Amino acid sequence: MNNTFTRRVALAVAASAALISATTTSALAQDWKPIKPIEMVIMAGQGGGADRLARLFQSMIQRENLSNMPILPVNKGGGSGAEALRYLKDKEGDAYVLMATLNSYYTTPLRTDIGVDIAEFTPIARMAVDTFVLWVSEDSGITNLDEYVAAVKAAGKDWKMGGTGTGAEDSLVTAMLEKEFGLEMTYVPFEGGGEVAKSLIGGHIDSTVNNPSEQMGFYNAGKAIPIAAFTPERVAAFPETPTMIELGHDLVYAMQRSFVAPKDMPPEAVAYYTEMFTKLNALPDWQKYTVDEALEADFLTGDDLQAYFLEERAKHEALLKAMDEQAS
Amino acid sequence: MEMFAHLADGFATSLSPLNILIVVLGVTAGLFIGAMPGLGSVNGVAIVLPLTFVVPPSSAIILLAAIYYGAMYGGAISSILLGIPGASTAVATTFDGRPMAQQGKAGLALIAAAVASFVGGTISVILFTLFAAPLADIALKFGPAEEFALVLMAFTTFVGLGGDDILKTIVMICLGLVLSTVGLDLISGQPRLIFFDQPGFYSGISFLVLAIGVYGIGEVLYTIETSKTAPAVTPAKITLKELGLGLREMNKLWKTMTMGSVLGFFVGMLPAAGATPAALMSYGIAKSTSKTGRTFGKGNIEGVVAPETANNAASTGSLLPMLTLGIPGSPTTALLLGGMVMWGLVPGPMLFIEQPDFVWGLISSLYTANFAAVAINIALIPLFVWALRMPFTVLCALVLVLCIVGGYAPSQKMHDVWLIAGFGVGGYLMRKADYPMAPLVLALVLGPLMEKSFRQTLIAERGDVFAFIERPLSGTFMALALLFFLLPLINYLVKGAKRKIAPAE
Repeated sequence: MNNTFTRRVALAVAASAALISATTTSALAQDWKPIKPIEMVIMAGQGGGADRLARLFQSMIQRENLSNMPILPVNKGGGSGAEALRYLKDKEGDAYVLMATLNSYYTTPLRTDIGVDIAEFTPIARMAVDTFVLWVSEDSGITNLDEYVAAVKAAGKDWKMGGTGTGAEDSLVTAMLEKEFGLEMTYVPFEGGGEVAKSLIGGHIDSTVNNPSEQMGFYNAGKAIPIAAFTPERVAAFPETPTMIELGHDLVYAMQRSFVAPKDMPPEAVAYYTEMFTKLNALPDWQKYTVDEALEADFLTGDDLQAYFLEERAKHEALLKAMDEQAS
Repeated sequence: MEMFAHLADGFATSLSPLNILIVVLGVTAGLFIGAMPGLGSVNGVAIVLPLTFVVPPSSAIILLAAIYYGAMYGGAISSILLGIPGASTAVATTFDGRPMAQQGKAGLALIAAAVASFVGGTISVILFTLFAAPLADIALKFGPAEEFALVLMAFTTFVGLGGDDILKTIVMICLGLVLSTVGLDLISGQPRLIFFDQPGFYSGISFLVLAIGVYGIGEVLYTIETSKTAPAVTPAKITLKELGLGLREMNKLWKTMTMGSVLGFFVGMLPAAGATPAALMSYGIAKSTSKTGRTFGKGNIEGVVAPETANNAASTGSLLPMLTLGIPGSPTTALLLGGMVMWGLVPGPMLFIEQPDFVWGLISSLYTANFAAVAINIALIPLFVWALRMPFTVLCALVLVLCIVGGYAPSQKMHDVWLIAGFGVGGYLMRKADYPMAPLVLALVLGPLMEKSFRQTLIAERGDVFAFIERPLSGTFMALALLFFLLPLINYLVKGAKRKIAPAE
């Protein structure tokens, strides 16, 4: 008798304890909030398109109080983002690291032996798709694609194309250009789009395929001339600049701007950050920025985003292969 | 002139009661952030950035700039008092600042650092005010070849040192260069020198980790050995008389200060360089050109003045490409740039035309921030010196704790703490064998920049090494580098000739 009583009490206690713990965990999941600053790793150097955008997001999140803890941007641009990818891999299970990506998210692990598989990372949100434009400096006197092609042909290997990293987006676009027009140029890698922009105006390189936001300051000052855009439609910010398609060349390339998290980030943290970026995407300021800076706001999260990443990775693998064949 | 009208408008903004309060608060906060090892102006600006939404953009940038400036002053404090660089920019300040403190001249060293910072800051702001636009063009002229030549020049100032053993200096530079290649290759992205497959090496070896190890831990070990229980530091006193004495001493060093300010400003202006290389280069040049060059590293006040003028001047210089080109010259200015973007300002060539209130408000606030920083810094010196009165047994433990915190805080990896311990022991042994530490740190700071610019030039010029001497700017630097390299040799020969003449007389 005594025995059954204690057992029943014990059961009841156990059950209620289980109930309490169940309710508290679900409450925790809903109310998960960061309790320390969140690190925002940027896969590129300072002053480039990825850097500016990541810092813009950081400032908007803080201004609108979308996160109760500060977000600290950190540049890890070395080796076309290899530094950042490796860092994220080492942060497995961490709820306080986000990484701002660009297309080197696919190409760098494909090209280098750093032991990173992006399928392991946790996708958070794709904020935008960025465009590519072919630029020359005002001093070159070049104003259209025909003049450009003629100038590169005349210069041959002395023509210097600047971009961020070897085997990254810019070098892919360069390889596409070379193939389409039968050109040969020397590709000079830099650490960030800001440095590329400065080198173009300073005359250290002859052309770039920078994203519009990277070149905007010099464009407004009349020092950088857009030749053609690698977009399906004309870029709203440069209505005078034709697309490659208009000029009869099937060259289209775009850059994703997304956020990912380390492998096995706790699901409640993933939910928190996904919601944070969803709110961010709805901000009028952000929508206005995308128009001003010639970006396409194309929001995507969760499994759809992962599927997109893997599909793009396959596409880039094919592109890289073609580029290597071309080189050999 | 139009410029002075703008500047006057700027002062109208920066001298408003709210902005004066902001400058004082920002500078004080920056001073303490800078003095804490492991925390630098980057952390200070990052933490405060979100708070700036409550004030207008011009006040916000004034707050951030005041913190930036204060941190530049503060970095010297722990370099001098404890021998641990308070910020990466203050590494060179430990070379002579620490020996001065050990000789009981901590007060003088702190005054020298504060005054030098003030002079560097002020001269550079004047340069900024007068020549912002033409200087931006010079920054553009700097390509990879020029960067390489400049870095090479910095190295030769260290090789061509009079006093130290030149062979040992070269050994240390080589060791530093090897350490600087650890991690992912900047250009191809391939991993290099990943010792024992430790993932921590992928991000390379931070020179702050090395500096804290060899200076902080190495110093403590060395002091324990040499002093046993006796106090390592002669307690310093600081009186008004000493302040006056210090200022008079500083008066003699105007040449060094001018050199440090101008050099610092120019190096800071170049994207990718920044205040740390500027301070090291200024130290090297001061050492090889000074009459008392031989006592550098042993507590020469010039060795404190040269890097401190340069790092403050560089912090102003790095604002120039940010404002005029939209390209940050240092990690901290990258954050400031982010701030400007979020306040709705577009940095770049049009900013001076479209937003004169903002730009000139900022420039004028740099003048006021300098005055505030030097006043607050000097007022607090007795407090800092008081910290040295602690018994050695307590101070020693405190220094160790600060070293570990300072090493862990930036990366938050235990990997770096173990590295600090390793470098500490290694640094201690090397010091016993009389190897100089400064060239090691210099090589690790400048190594990556040198490698990158060298390879970029060779790629761009398709392997033509003559590109470095054919371009006018880089050719000039290369010639200067050669001169600095040969200077000690020439000195030696001249002296030898004199010695030969003397007995004949």
